[in-house]
Amino acid sequence: MGLEQKAGDLGVVTARLEDVVNWGRTSAMWPMLFGLACCAIEMIATQSSNYDASRFGMELMRPSPRQSDLMIVAGRVTRKMAPVVRRLYDQMPEPKWVIAMGDCASCSGVFNNYALVQGVDEIVPVDVYIAGCPPRPEALLNGFMTLHEKVKKEKLATWS
Amino acid sequence: MSQIQEVEASINELKHLFSPAAMTGETMVLNLGPQHPSTHGVLRLMLELDGEEVVTCVPDIGFLHTGIEKNMEYKSYLKALVMTDRMDYLNNMGNNLTYCLAVEKLCDISVPERATTLRIICAELQRIASHLIWLGTSGIDLNASSMLMYCVRERERILDLFELISGQRMMTSYIRPGGVWRDVQKEFISGVEDFLAYFPDKVADYERLLTNNPIFIGRTMDIAVIEPEKALEYGMSGSSLRGSGVNYDVRRAMPYCGYETYDFEVPVETGGDVYARYQVRIAEFYESMKIIRQAVDRLKKQNGPVTSEDRKFSPPPRSELHTSMESLIHHFKLWTEGFSAPDAEVYAATESPRGELGCYLVGDGGPKPRRVHFRTPSFLNLQALPYLSEGYLVADLIAAIGSIDIVLGDIDR
Repeated sequence: MGLEQKAGDLGVVTARLEDVVNWGRTSAMWPMLFGLACCAIEMIATQSSNYDASRFGMELMRPSPRQSDLMIVAGRVTRKMAPVVRRLYDQMPEPKWVIAMGDCASCSGVFNNYALVQGVDEIVPVDVYIAGCPPRPEALLNGFMTLHEKVKKEKLATWS
Repeated sequence: MSQIQEVEASINELKHLFSPAAMTGETMVLNLGPQHPSTHGVLRLMLELDGEEVVTCVPDIGFLHTGIEKNMEYKSYLKALVMTDRMDYLNNMGNNLTYCLAVEKLCDISVPERATTLRIICAELQRIASHLIWLGTSGIDLNASSMLMYCVRERERILDLFELISGQRMMTSYIRPGGVWRDVQKEFISGVEDFLAYFPDKVADYERLLTNNPIFIGRTMDIAVIEPEKALEYGMSGSSLRGSGVNYDVRRAMPYCGYETYDFEVPVETGGDVYARYQVRIAEFYESMKIIRQAVDRLKKQNGPVTSEDRKFSPPPRSELHTSMESLIHHFKLWTEGFSAPDAEVYAATESPRGELGCYLVGDGGPKPRRVHFRTPSFLNLQALPYLSEGYLVADLIAAIGSIDIVLGDIDR
């Protein structure tokens, strides 16, 4: 974390700005409530009682892209849906991250055909890919933690 | 980057969908979805509103069209099975079952008794799991947010059982042409019994939370009413149809897997509103448990194979490969080319949690199907949505979407 000094009972903590902001970003990252297909059901399971994503400060899913930091592309993205996904991404305020959840979002999985976008990275930049069809809730949680690690390493110069 | 562009539809192209008042600005045209928490997936609705009242409701589907039916034409009969899992993703076992019944009908494969019993247990567990997600999500739509937490807790137990027998929580591909993948462990049977002992109390809890809850009744009673004749005209089926008082259940009307030998009721309500459809599904929890209980009792008495003994269609056990030349040949043929089906067409239907799920399968004499078509219940139930919602408020439209229990993967495929 980089806490360097704790000055007695004054209650002052010093740290690097980068660390504090990145810590804040990881601890309250709100995902967008946006399910596409099968993976959305596992995303619901991750959010619910047994797995409980609120342990990561991510229980608050916002239906509006303007209030969310993280887009979890949960499912197959069809060519009809692709412009919608891109528009949702454009509507999200910076800083924003994208998780491609599952095989379909990562590379269209078992469907190599006319209807699907062959991986959502064709239309939006992806930070973390999660394998599985659908990934288990544990895999999604692992994806969250991987993204958190990534965000914690972000530098002041690259902040958006 | 692939070439994906948004096609703008001009007002003139869409004018015929709405009343003339929409063009003068007297009524408002509002877009709902495809990214909306209450449309249960990627359904888009174009609404014409007079204040809060829905004048016209035009569903726009296809946002999840995956080309599953087309893809299946390029795969052998066994490999095409994995596509069916991903169609209606709350009813994976049921999709497998429907497809397998069609393949078995086409190729005239007989299924051992123990496999049939296992199939029934799986299909009914899946029905409970699907209804749990329906109850949870439509609870959230009506502001009963705690329902989802309770329902998913119970659903996880069913998914654990599926994982035990198939290795996957959702996309199981456990039911195969000729039987099931492999026999179940004894932990599965005891697990199912534990679940049956545990679950009735939980359904009673749900009923205590909702059935007599004045807010829930206010949001659902006499909302989105559909008469039995209308429901039949729209081609509705399943719980949504039975909520209108039509006693039609594929398990009774066209029995498969020996459902006629099980003792269960088909719950029917006559209200035709959201509340009646809720009552039907709650009653189906109990009926499914009744069927599973009988099936488990039978399963304990049945010993024997769980896949067809016909080696032209179902692969031989691994142990035989080292001793039998024929087994080796069969194994090789099945996993490379696949089995061939006659040049014929069949229709097989099952009762999915949403209604009559049919599979129309055409063989061409080779190892790949010429055409696979699924008659999916959500697609036909959704047709009734404009009728269900017009004249009601926008909030009631949300209740109506929840009550017909659509799955977009089932609609668009």
